[in-house]
This record gives sequence, structure tokens and C-alpha cells, in this order.
Amino acid sequence: MMIPFRALVRKDILLFFVDRRALLMSFAIPIAIGSFFGYVLGGAGDQDSSKIPVLAVDQDASNISREIVKRLSGEKALAVKPSTPDEARTAVRKGTATVAVVIPPNFGQNAGRAFFSAREKPQIEMLFDPSHTAERGMVAGILTGDVMQAVSKEVFSAASSQPMIEESLSQVEKSTRLDAEDKKSLEDLLHSVSRWTQRNTDSTRADGSASAGLSIPFTTHEEAVTARRNTKYNGYAHAFAGMVVQFVLFLGIDVGIGLLQQRQRGLWKRFRAAPLSRGVLLGSRAASAAILAFFVVLVNFLFARLVFGVRVEGSMAGFLAVSASFAVMTAGFGMLIAALGKTPEATRGLSIFATLIVVMLGGAWIPMFLFPQWLQKLTVVVPTRWAMDGLEAMTWRGLGLEAAFVPCAVLLGFAAVFGVLAVARFRWETEG
Amino acid sequence: MLEVKNLKKSYGNVIAVNGVSLGAGAGETVGLLGPNGAGKTTTVSIIAGLIRPDSGSVEIEGRPLAGDTDPIKRRIGLVPQDLALFDELTALANLQLFAAIYGLDGAAARRAIDDALALVGLSDRAHDRVKDYSGGMKRRLNLASALLHDPQILLLDEPTVGVDPQSRNAIFDNLEVLKSRGKTLLYTTHYMEEAERLCDRIVIVDHGQVVANDTLQGLYRLLPVTNSLRVELDETKNGLRIGDVRALPGVHSAEFDSGTLRVGVEDLAAQTPCVLQWLVEHGHSYHHVSSERADLETVFLTLTGRSLRDS
Repeated sequence: MMIPFRALVRKDILLFFVDRRALLMSFAIPIAIGSFFGYVLGGAGDQDSSKIPVLAVDQDASNISREIVKRLSGEKALAVKPSTPDEARTAVRKGTATVAVVIPPNFGQNAGRAFFSAREKPQIEMLFDPSHTAERGMVAGILTGDVMQAVSKEVFSAASSQPMIEESLSQVEKSTRLDAEDKKSLEDLLHSVSRWTQRNTDSTRADGSASAGLSIPFTTHEEAVTARRNTKYNGYAHAFAGMVVQFVLFLGIDVGIGLLQQRQRGLWKRFRAAPLSRGVLLGSRAASAAILAFFVVLVNFLFARLVFGVRVEGSMAGFLAVSASFAVMTAGFGMLIAALGKTPEATRGLSIFATLIVVMLGGAWIPMFLFPQWLQKLTVVVPTRWAMDGLEAMTWRGLGLEAAFVPCAVLLGFAAVFGVLAVARFRWETEG
Repeated sequence: MLEVKNLKKSYGNVIAVNGVSLGAGAGETVGLLGPNGAGKTTTVSIIAGLIRPDSGSVEIEGRPLAGDTDPIKRRIGLVPQDLALFDELTALANLQLFAAIYGLDGAAARRAIDDALALVGLSDRAHDRVKDYSGGMKRRLNLASALLHDPQILLLDEPTVGVDPQSRNAIFDNLEVLKSRGKTLLYTTHYMEEAERLCDRIVIVDHGQVVANDTLQGLYRLLPVTNSLRVELDETKNGLRIGDVRALPGVHSAEFDSGTLRVGVEDLAAQTPCVLQWLVEHGHSYHHVSSERADLETVFLTLTGRSLRDS
């Protein structure tokens, strides 16, 4: 039985390598799309991330507004350009700018006065592209911090703070809503601020530094938690895992469609006329599919390793086990397609649709955390999710062999279910 | 060698094969003749073990076929109606695969492949991809693919569909060589002329049933008339007494329509001069004479009431 089995497996592998379309779908396209997505998702971690285009319209031209624009321009995440109100609105509408920040006339003066009182606060207008709500939130957060620092710096400098403090003292004195004790406390505070700013202006501070107003009372240290400390996250690892999963499943579809085509072309009759068991006939097809799928996974990741530096940071044995389990699952998937499909033409469209759904649910296109909670829970019954989990665990997450056990077990479980269903539903007899 | 008894097979309410029985001995070519949908391919598929019959039996060399892996299947070679070949591979790669599924590899496989290619005249094209072959060459390779394991019984399911006359003749020549080697051929076709040329015996099937099973001569004997004489007279009727023509010795039938007299005779060579002389003697001149011989179309028409080609 080994001669026919080997010959049937060899035939499938040979057919794969003489089929340009199959080669394109298994290597060129996943590599191209994986490279593109990897680049978009941050590349190998050493490239500049894309900046949010922001237009700054300074209608105030005060110290405070200039300081705000200066601070915004210094933010790493933003690409700030000056603009006019009309140009800014047009640019945001066209999508050439994501956010426009419009600082109105007298903003600096009104913001300083509003700093110590509950009087009406001046308004900064934020025009934003509604298709970029996440970026809007990010710019709003940065702007808040920059405005606080710019205004407080100005308020706590003697030259510009004195009139504001005097005006505030006058308002406190005239206030009928405040009781005597509150008035006394506020007057003490304002006098203290006045003395403090005066002292900082008249003399150099003991440590030689000048006052810079309020500042954010913390700094952050950001660290991408990857396989090891000082190992940068490589966006290509996720992108290649996603594309490999997708296109290997397409290979599985081709396996199923290939069997249907063999039936349609009479080849199945020739095979069945020979003294071959059903195990040899279906088993050889499943074996060749698994071998090819495994090979495709390895070649794609080898490319990612050589060109984009994607490493198996975790267990190599685990990576191979996950790849092999996924390959076996793909073979089962292909056999199931062959068992359930009737004609190659009708089956192909339906299979591609089903594959794209499970690939999407598996998180190969967009990260799963963006899904609603119920959908995230649902993905445990999607084999692609386990393939993605396993491949990512073994590549950029750098986890050990034990982290491959569950994905492998689930993938092999799916393979067993698909295989049993395929054998049960396979139409052995060809109608005459 | 091959004995098929009372095969029955239905698909739902459709009866594909309804009590087909036939047999074929060594060196014998049996034609399974019938229109499309008559049950020929289903019968062949049951014999090859591709389909399990609802009832009936198939015996190969006195043994029933038992399961997918029964070694007796090696005694059968199937040439499917479809071109069951991998177009993307070379002829050699195809044949290596089809040899391997019968357990042949190495020198044995090479010998079998060389012999098969030589028989069908494709030795010099062995390394070409099948997709570059003409339709006729593919048909010949389709035949060669079934010969590699040297089967005793060859099941040929319409092996000449869609080929040009030259390639058809080449395939016939190949089959005659196989027949001369003592192989048993079961040949399904709806081309009467193929059955007439190749087959020692012809089984006519229609609607899944055998309507006749005999040699060609035996089938012709089922007909009231085997040969007919066609005489175009100069006059339209002019006193021709058709009863007198029918009464002539050796004449089975006579009809006259639109100036043409058709006379059914037993022996064309013996009866033609008599009929023509009788016409002259009775003042009926003619300007054209031709003869017609009964064929399988006539047999099928006589047995089923329908034309083979129109069924």
C-alpha cells in the first residue's frame, strides 16, 4: 500500500509546484500582503510611526497661544502646521488634516483670568475628521496638557500675572457669595502667589532654575512587553501570522476543490478502479495537503525572518508544533470541503466566503480586542483564532513550549472533527 | 472471464440499470450499444467496482468482486469516458502515477510504461505535458493509462468520444492488437459503426434493460429484411402492380412511393437481376438503381421503435 500512497502524495505535491496560481496564492500574495500590513502596523519597531496631521490656527497671538502652538509642535505624535480658520476647515473636510485647533482672540488673557476664578472659560475650537475619532481623542488629551502648562507658566510669571492677580483680588473683595473665611483664604492665596512670582522675577532662585508654572506631576516610561526586555515588537510577526493563516486555508480550499475536480474529470474513477482502500485514497490527499500547508507556513515565516527579522522568540519546537497542527487542521478542512461540495464552481465561492469569515474572526485582519465581548467569546470555536494565538505566542510573545499545548490540542481537535465529518459525508460512488 | 448477472441499480425513482446480464470470454470484444442514458456507464461502473449494485452479481474469472481492495481488481482496466488525466503533468508522470496505484514502480513500472506508450504510438511524446496534446493523443494516453498493470479485462467507456476519424482509427488499431493478445474487451458506444467494426457480440441496452444480445449476424437475423433494393422508375406509377413484385421469388417486401420502388430481398446479388429483369419485361423503365444494407440503427429501430441517434 505504500507505493500507491507515496505516489498519490507525490502527485499532489508535484501538481502544486507546477500550478503557478497555487504558488502565487501560497507564497507571493501572503508575503506581499504580510509585508504591507507589517509595515502599516509599525514595522520592525525601528521606523517612525505615522504622525497625526494637525493644523494650528492662532488668532490670539499672545504669549500663551504661541506657547501652546510651540508645545503642540514639539509633540512626537503630531505633525503641526499653522493655518487660517477657512483653510483649516477645508483641509479637515478634505481629509488632508485630521484635527484643526483654533485658538480664538484674547484666549491667553481670558484663560489666565479663568485660572483663579469660576468666570466664563474661553473656548478652543477643535475641528476633526469624524472618521478619525481615536486621533481626535488623542489630540484633545495632548492639547489639555499643553494648555495647562502654557497658561500656568504665564500666570505664575510676574510680568503678566500681576494684573490678573489684582483683578482677581478685586473680584474676591466685591463678592457677596463668599463668606468672610473663604474670602480671607483666597486673598491669602493670591497674595502668596503675587509674592512668589515677584520673588522669582527679582532674584535668581537658589537652584538657578526659573519658574515654569505648573507642570504635569509625572512622567511615563513606556515599554512594549515582548519576548524579552529590549526586544522590540515586530509588527511583521502579527501580519505574517495573519496572512499565513488566511492563505494556508485557501490552500485547504484548493485541496477540496481539487478532489471535486478529480471526480468531475473522471480521475476519481480511475483511482477507485484500482485496488486501493478508502484510507489510502483520502489519507494520501490529506497527507499531501498537510505537508504542503506546513511547507507554506515555514517558507512564509522564513521570508519574514530573513527580510523583516521576525524571530521565533519563544519555543522553536512549539512553533513547529503549532505550524504542524495548523497544517493538519487545514488538511481536514480541505477534506471536509470535498465531502460537502458538489461542483467545484459552486463550492469555491462558498468556501472562500466561509474562510474569510473565520480568518476575520480569528483576528488575522484586525486585533480581536476591537471585537465586542460576546464576539471575542465566540472566537474560541474558530480554529484560526487558535492558530493565530499559537503562532504569536511562539514568535513575538516569546512564550515557551507549554504555551503551544492548548492551541495545538484545539487545532488537532478541529482536524479530527473535520476528518470524521469528511469521511462520513464523502460520496464514494460516482453516479453513472 | 466476465459474467454479469441481473444487475439492478436505481437512483431514487430513476432506474439506471434494470436486470442487465452479459458475459465476455477471453479474446472476445463485446459491445454495449445504446443511446445516452441507457445505463451503459452505470453498468461499466458496477463491473469496475465503482458503484455497488442494488442487486445482481459481477464475477471476474469466476470470482465475485469483494470490496475496494480486492486484488481481483487488478484483472480489470478501466478507460473512463472522461479524459482522466492530469493535464498539468507530463504523459510520463501520469503513467508513473497510474502504474503506482497498482503497486508498480521501478523497472516493472518503466517496462509497463514503455509498452503502453509504444502500443498507442506516444513514445516520442512521453515528456510532453498532457495539456499540449491533441484530443486524439489524449484519448490514446487515456487508453494507455488503463493498460499498465496488464489487465485481462478492459472496460472501455466510449473511448473515442470527440476524436477525429484518424485518431479513432488509431484507437481501433490499438484495440485490435489487444484483442489479438487475448484480452477481453467490453466496449460501450452509441456509434453503430464502431460496434460493427470491433465487436464480436453486441448487447443492445435501452432504458437500463438489455433488448438484444447476439453477434452482428444474429442481430441482423432479428430483422425481417437485411438488404433492400432501391429503384427510381421513370413513371410515377403507370400500372405497376406492387403485389406482383412482392410475389417474386426471394422478395420479402415491396413498397412504391413518389417514383421510388423499395424491394426487400434476402440475397442482394441473386435477387437484383431478377427484379430488374421483371421491371423491363413489364414495361417499367428506370433511371437509377441503388442498394441499402440493414445496420444496427435498423436493428435498434426495429427492437425499440426509436432511432438510436434520436433517443
